[in-house]
Amino acid sequence: MAKVDEPAAAPEVEPAEGSQVDAAIPAELVSHSVGEYLHASWARIKGGETGVLPVVGGLLLVSILFQALNSHFLTAGNLVNLLVQAAVFSLLAMGEVFALLLGEIDLSIGFVSGLGGVVMAELAKPTVGWPWWAAIAIALLMTAAIGVLQGTLITRIGLPSFVVTLAGLLFWQGVMLKILGDGGSILIQSSIINDIAGGNLSRVAGWVVMLVIVGLFAAFTWRRDARRRDAGLVAPPPPLTLAKIVGVLAFGVAIVLLCNADRGILEPVYGVPWVVLLVFGVLALWTFVLGRTRYGRYVYAIGGNAEAARRAGVNLARIRTIAFMLTSFTAGIAGVVYASRLQSISTALDGGTLVLYAVAAAVIGGTSLFGGRGKPLHGVLGGIVIAAIDNGMGLLGFSAASKYMVTALVLLAAVTIDALARRNRPAGT
Amino acid sequence: MIADTGGGPADVPAGDGSEPLLRLRGVSKNFGPVRALSDVDLDVPAGQVTALAGDNGAGKSVLIKCISGIHAPDGGQMWWDGRPVHVRTPRDAAALGIATVYQDLALCDNLDIVQNMFLGRERVHGISLNEESMETSAKETLASLRVTTVRSIRQPVASLSGGQRQSVAIAKAVLWNSKLVIMDEPTAALGVAQTGMVLELVRRLADQGYAVLVVSHNMNDVFDVADRIAVLHLGRMVAVRPVAQLDRQIVVDLMTTGASTRSAPGEGARE
Repeated sequence: MAKVDEPAAAPEVEPAEGSQVDAAIPAELVSHSVGEYLHASWARIKGGETGVLPVVGGLLLVSILFQALNSHFLTAGNLVNLLVQAAVFSLLAMGEVFALLLGEIDLSIGFVSGLGGVVMAELAKPTVGWPWWAAIAIALLMTAAIGVLQGTLITRIGLPSFVVTLAGLLFWQGVMLKILGDGGSILIQSSIINDIAGGNLSRVAGWVVMLVIVGLFAAFTWRRDARRRDAGLVAPPPPLTLAKIVGVLAFGVAIVLLCNADRGILEPVYGVPWVVLLVFGVLALWTFVLGRTRYGRYVYAIGGNAEAARRAGVNLARIRTIAFMLTSFTAGIAGVVYASRLQSISTALDGGTLVLYAVAAAVIGGTSLFGGRGKPLHGVLGGIVIAAIDNGMGLLGFSAASKYMVTALVLLAAVTIDALARRNRPAGT
Repeated sequence: MIADTGGGPADVPAGDGSEPLLRLRGVSKNFGPVRALSDVDLDVPAGQVTALAGDNGAGKSVLIKCISGIHAPDGGQMWWDGRPVHVRTPRDAAALGIATVYQDLALCDNLDIVQNMFLGRERVHGISLNEESMETSAKETLASLRVTTVRSIRQPVASLSGGQRQSVAIAKAVLWNSKLVIMDEPTAALGVAQTGMVLELVRRLADQGYAVLVVSHNMNDVFDVADRIAVLHLGRMVAVRPVAQLDRQIVVDLMTTGASTRSAPGEGARE
């Protein structure tokens, strides 16, 4: 029929749209040179797609502030200590990201992680005598099972996640206190478990591990961009790919230099802490799962439009239950790190605060509470911000009371920045 | 059976030489005591746009839901490519090559165009997604439908206009070797320019050989794009005619009363 065969499609008549569209496209997909990339990135930021920029900016701000007030803040020793402190928050927050991406919440992970730590410590006690790896494996299996249980209640029976995991918060706290009993604490004597948060790689090992990781990243990134170019798809030009790799290398070198500096007071202490590597490993794993697998795609799809996902044949109950399992499992890892850092575990563990910090960290990092938007990296960065506030205010001699209040203000600032940026952003992203 | 494209009619109902892609005979559907469809006959030929018109409650939605496997019809027979078939689930419909674009489009705002088009049917490379392959196919499909107004197929669907979203939903439907595309009120929420864009796309689908069934009660759209118009009235098919034998007033009469005494513009040129 001739009436519709006009070659030029009717132009979109929506004047306000141009800038929004510019902002919505990842910068590297519209640019052919580094200059264009920077330009496109700036357009994105102006359009409200700020990514991790606010949290990184906030981190810089907090660092400058604390450094001005106490010159000890930016020393190698304190920064490495901060990374170790941040590990528990970051791990819990990465777990919480799975629940938040679905538009759900998991309030139980504080005490689930505590319970994981308790089970591990209990099994590794000399009187029980399990090997360290078996104790950790059982603890992680148990936390994963808790996640499956809670996830099943939420998805199969249709109970709200808020209520189920609130019940979990109470119940698992009770179980934890029951196991700890009157003694109230278990000492960890396994040096390997204690080394998870307390041990360091040798200086040479730190360099080797860093170079291997950066090398893998470089190979992966280069190959992906090359494949896109070969397939005739819009891809970043080689100099941009190279610039990304060099940037990551510089970051790796900085971290290793920082960690390899002697930070000991009485005797020399140096090297990349194991726990930094562990957090990085979990980050890489969950980033892969969420960004590059079918499972991850479905998690985002459910968070964005559950009905659309259902019609596309996605098994909602299964994907959701697995997400709650991964949340609890990650919390279990955090519990192991927590116990390892204190070299013991006791009834002093405050799972209520931990879970609130985890949610706060994820949100500060840029994850949406309404589902569909967020990354594991957000949890890590948010965790570092919370640890920095805790650490910096501790250095300045503030009490826990002030720390809570300041953390609350930072959380509010983060969601405010996000809400303001969102006004420039197309709805729903 | 193997599609006999030689032109000769297959074994079942003898047509006039060209078998319609989809043929319904005597389809009925009850919801309890309510008769939603009674004895509906409908042919949907390939390469043509068939508009399904009718007032609210005439049974348009029920009929397309029967075709796309959401409702099982209580009676009647359905032929696909000359072969009798039973469509009991949406999966059966998809397997035959029937794709339905519902009014709410079922797109995930936070995912980009490629991710939406392949949702539920992602191509993988081991365990990791094969983004290049999906992006290439999505690009080809959009190009074949001449959906060219989107800047990047990697932009989230939330940043698209209503017409672009509709186009993506349609492209998603045809990506899967569909032969029949059913659309429920594709222009209901769109402005003038956007409506034009979507109607062009609907037309293009038919010109490329797809069978298209469009539900609409917008007379302008129906007469703009359709080759044939089927009118439902209170669950009965009151007319299925080429567009040349109808005008707006006749269709409105048929929709509201089930009959029309007016003479059509192309009267006398009946099939």
